[in-house]
Amino acid sequence: MTDIRDIWVYLSASPLLHLTLTLVAYQAGLAIYKRSGMNPLFNPVFMSVVMVVSVLVATGTRYDSYFDGAQFVHFLLGPATVALAIPLYRQIALVRRSAVALLASIAAGSVTAATSAVGIGWLLGASHDTLISMAPKSVTTPVAMAITERLGGLPSLTPAFVLMTGILGAMMGPAILNKLAVKDWAARGLAMGVASHGIGTARALQVNEVAGAFAGLAMGLNALASALLIPLLWHLAFG
Amino acid sequence: MLGYLTAIFGCQLLGELFATASGLPVPGPVCGMAILFAALLIKGSIPPDLAAVGGALLDNLSLLFIPAAVGVMLHARLLVQDWVPMSIALIISTALTIVVTALVMSRLAPPAPESAALSASDDAT
Repeated sequence: MTDIRDIWVYLSASPLLHLTLTLVAYQAGLAIYKRSGMNPLFNPVFMSVVMVVSVLVATGTRYDSYFDGAQFVHFLLGPATVALAIPLYRQIALVRRSAVALLASIAAGSVTAATSAVGIGWLLGASHDTLISMAPKSVTTPVAMAITERLGGLPSLTPAFVLMTGILGAMMGPAILNKLAVKDWAARGLAMGVASHGIGTARALQVNEVAGAFAGLAMGLNALASALLIPLLWHLAFG
Repeated sequence: MLGYLTAIFGCQLLGELFATASGLPVPGPVCGMAILFAALLIKGSIPPDLAAVGGALLDNLSLLFIPAAVGVMLHARLLVQDWVPMSIALIISTALTIVVTALVMSRLAPPAPESAALSASDDAT
């Protein structure tokens, strides 16, 4: 009989194990979320990440070897981002009508995200490196890392802030927007996309196609606006 | 179907090439989204098979973030050390960003047509 450890060694070397783990955790997260009556505190991405990290820690698996398998899921993020052009095209009339409002609100949101994160962090005594890594927290990961690098910070810390911001926005966003009585799906989607990039876009897309289309647009334009504005603001503030 | 999947990959590839060549601070897939959007504008409609391929990718968009999100575990020590200022800054700043963006948009935008607004009967998420 084969030793259980031999099976484990074999399985953990193939991408299948961690690919399956990711899919199972996501579906379990989705089931818990639906069971909770779509309570945003049980955000499916958050629940799945907690499950996967717990399994990895419990089995002493390194992130690198997990990612070797999970990278096949990760790879699809690129094509999915391209596909966001489809819901956006369906809303072309709405985008044309509100182009000015759209650009103004994305610029306002972009500046608010960076200045409030750095301002509050600075007031509470966060370190200089933390502040630089936190500045682009609302920007989609690859651009956020490039911004941190340009400011002379630690690009490896930035994705952690970006992901936490994405999950926080997906959790808090709908409740905040309801409190504000913002009923326009375009405005709701823009707010989710500017504040929490792809994770906010995924959340918006689950609820409404108009919101999802505007969230995707906001994520793209916010990346461009932040890449131009954050280095400028940083030099104004910290010279 | 396979043709449209190839087209989406092709847009991303062109996007990556454009982003690298131009030195613009925008990721390749976002440039790819702009390229596909431009192609749809030129064509004037969405081919049903493209909509099907795109729908398959977008239906489970949340799933695709999990592998990268699990990477948070790499920074556990740093994050635990400084967690109070970090979490306060992230929570307040994210909430403020949502408030500012939504308010500027709903003040400046022309009133939304009936179909594009949340109605009382909708699931308010």
